[in-house]
Amino acid sequence: MAKVKFTKEIYTKWFKQMMLIRRFEEKSAQLYGQQKIRGFCHLYIGQEAVIAGCMTALEENDKLITAYRDHGHALAAGIPANEVMAELYGKVTGCTKGKGGSMHMFSKEHNFFGGHGIVGGQIPLGAGIALADQYNGTKDVTVCFMGDGAVRQGALHEAFNMAMLWKLPVIFVVENNEYAMGTSVERTTNVLDIHKIGLAYDMPNYQIDGMKCEDVHEAIADAAKRARKGDGPTFLEIKTYRYRGHSMSDPAKYRTKEEVQKYKAIDPIEVVGKTMISKKWATQADLDKMEDAINIEVNESVEFAEASPYPDASELYTDVYEEDYPFIVE
Amino acid sequence: MFIIICWRHDYFDRQTVFIFYCFTIQAFVIFAAHFRVMRTIQFREALREALTEEMRRDDKVFLMGEEVAEYNGAYKVSQGMLAEFGEKRVIDTPIAELGFAGIAVGAAMNGLRPIVEFMTFNFSLVAIDQVINSAAKMNSMSGGQFTCPMVFRGPTGSAGQLGAQHSQNFENWYANTPGLKVVVPSNPYDAKGLLKSAIRDNDPVIFMESEQMYGLKWEVPEEEYLLPIGQAHVVQEGSDVTIVSFGKMMRVLEDADKALKQDGISAEIIDLRSVRPLDIETIVKSVQKTNRLVIVEEAWPLASISSEITYGVQKHAFDYLDAPIARVTSRDVPLPYAPTLVEAYLPNVHRIVDAVKQVSYA
Ligand SMILES: Cc1ncc(C[n+]2csc(CCOP(=O)(O)OP(=O)(O)O)c2C)c(N)n1
Ligand SMILES: [Mg+2]
Repeated sequence: MAKVKFTKEIYTKWFKQMMLIRRFEEKSAQLYGQQKIRGFCHLYIGQEAVIAGCMTALEENDKLITAYRDHGHALAAGIPANEVMAELYGKVTGCTKGKGGSMHMFSKEHNFFGGHGIVGGQIPLGAGIALADQYNGTKDVTVCFMGDGAVRQGALHEAFNMAMLWKLPVIFVVENNEYAMGTSVERTTNVLDIHKIGLAYDMPNYQIDGMKCEDVHEAIADAAKRARKGDGPTFLEIKTYRYRGHSMSDPAKYRTKEEVQKYKAIDPIEVVGKTMISKKWATQADLDKMEDAINIEVNESVEFAEASPYPDASELYTDVYEEDYPFIVE
Repeated sequence: MFIIICWRHDYFDRQTVFIFYCFTIQAFVIFAAHFRVMRTIQFREALREALTEEMRRDDKVFLMGEEVAEYNGAYKVSQGMLAEFGEKRVIDTPIAELGFAGIAVGAAMNGLRPIVEFMTFNFSLVAIDQVINSAAKMNSMSGGQFTCPMVFRGPTGSAGQLGAQHSQNFENWYANTPGLKVVVPSNPYDAKGLLKSAIRDNDPVIFMESEQMYGLKWEVPEEEYLLPIGQAHVVQEGSDVTIVSFGKMMRVLEDADKALKQDGISAEIIDLRSVRPLDIETIVKSVQKTNRLVIVEEAWPLASISSEITYGVQKHAFDYLDAPIARVTSRDVPLPYAPTLVEAYLPNVHRIVDAVKQVSYA
């Protein structure tokens, strides 16, 4: 893989990006406890380096699609924290007007093709988005994220085969956080190296350390280059970890404290911060200042969400069809 | 104990002891019966008892699904079952609904009696090909050689602000398919008796529960009982209007009935228990008495169970109807996340009372 020279700017982006997601998610957890956020709520804490490293390797018009653990991706795609928080509240000012909620963030403006709730459902969609770009002759690339649990769905295998056969400009990324709810990877397969699934389709595949923004960036940059050249998809298994339970209701008793600690010890935000200090690109005071600004941004998003109204009941009948539609109303 | 002591010490004459003995037995029976009636358990416990009793009874029965074993079930229905039955009979699967549903169908064709848990029925859509194209048709296609004695079970319907993909009712989808039976219990007592029947049934049964009812407590007797699939239950007799529903909506109906009673309206309430077979006869009989019908259903309105009931009632009781049949369903749209929209979407007490007033011209 080509070694990339990472600048101060890139490190600064990573630091801010990851810190925003971390603080935003911590706040979300708190608000869930206060029942301001309802339904299912899956936090991204621990996995931030995956999306941060990915975004610095992509071009402006590249596209993202993912599953229901989507707050981090939505923020990284550029959806303002205000709109993501308002969506978690179910307010009209949210990025889907209070219709999608936690699992279904979307933003056409930011090329974010959504958070999807049926495990594996987004995998063929990602290939299809890439098909449209190939068809239209753009040079855009789609990154399609999924969890380690999702690779067990038949949809992945059908989509992988066609994506490779047709050389679609898509990067399939499995965020392997070692668990699908309470089920560890080794309880679902004999092939522990998930990336090897790509071998069956002749799809270039790599295993990447997802706690390192640098490694993620390089892998995505290489895959994007291949896709833009017309060489088709890449399958990246990015090894990461979620610090919290699967969703807010999961006490995560299926794993040990030591295991969680092992990853917290290599926390990507701390690692990036330390690297910046060691390279003399920032002082601790600089980092603290960035963190303060992010705390303000997150707090403001809460105020924004609080102050926004809920959608009116009449909104039930909007956005279902593009044309007028004769709904059954009784 | 007391009797034995009496006997030994020859304290009473034999006759007295015998009378006392009878009395004691009777008291014990009354006490035990009383105790049994008083036992209340949760919906999830009722299901667990049904599963456990049937697995003890027949070693061909086994349970498979996501998180059913080591995690004790996403909604804790199968809590403790791995410990009792071991991993041969309580099987954790990967997230591969199409695959494990099909594997279960194959196992059923070859003599086993699988119970497949879908974490929710929203995810059964990934597996629906094997349910409809394989399980439901195997008997017919094979000219009666291969049957699929199996149960597909899990929660159906909305459960708060879960958004469009996690809030759906497919009772009518499955009910449309010949070869299947579709059971939708509304309380722990029914759930236990119906699930036991479903497991013993020699045809594939879709058994639909509710995330929001798993904690619901109800009186469930200790001794074994089974409830027949296909018979509606007249929960309450009444004279002014017939209200038909099934599943979780029965709980909403319960509240609506309180409001109706305050208005002096006497409703005959029918719990369908199963939607395929659909017990039109019981509904027709009731409508012949009350002359008015309201149907409450959580699914979307078009081509729903309420549509079918409406057809059956106009066909068999046209002359008995004093008003057009009314129904309360979820709104004809995907369910969004915002609380205001969830509130506006679902059937509720207010809408049910309105529908009753509509058919009563009140
Ligand atoms: C088809 C389908 N089956 C089951 C579920 C329930 N479910 C939601 S998330 C999940 C685990 C997925 O784990 P993974 O793919 O590893 O993603 P992670 O949660 O780790 O990000 C399951 C089983 C679902 N949403 N869709
Ligand atoms: Mg996972």
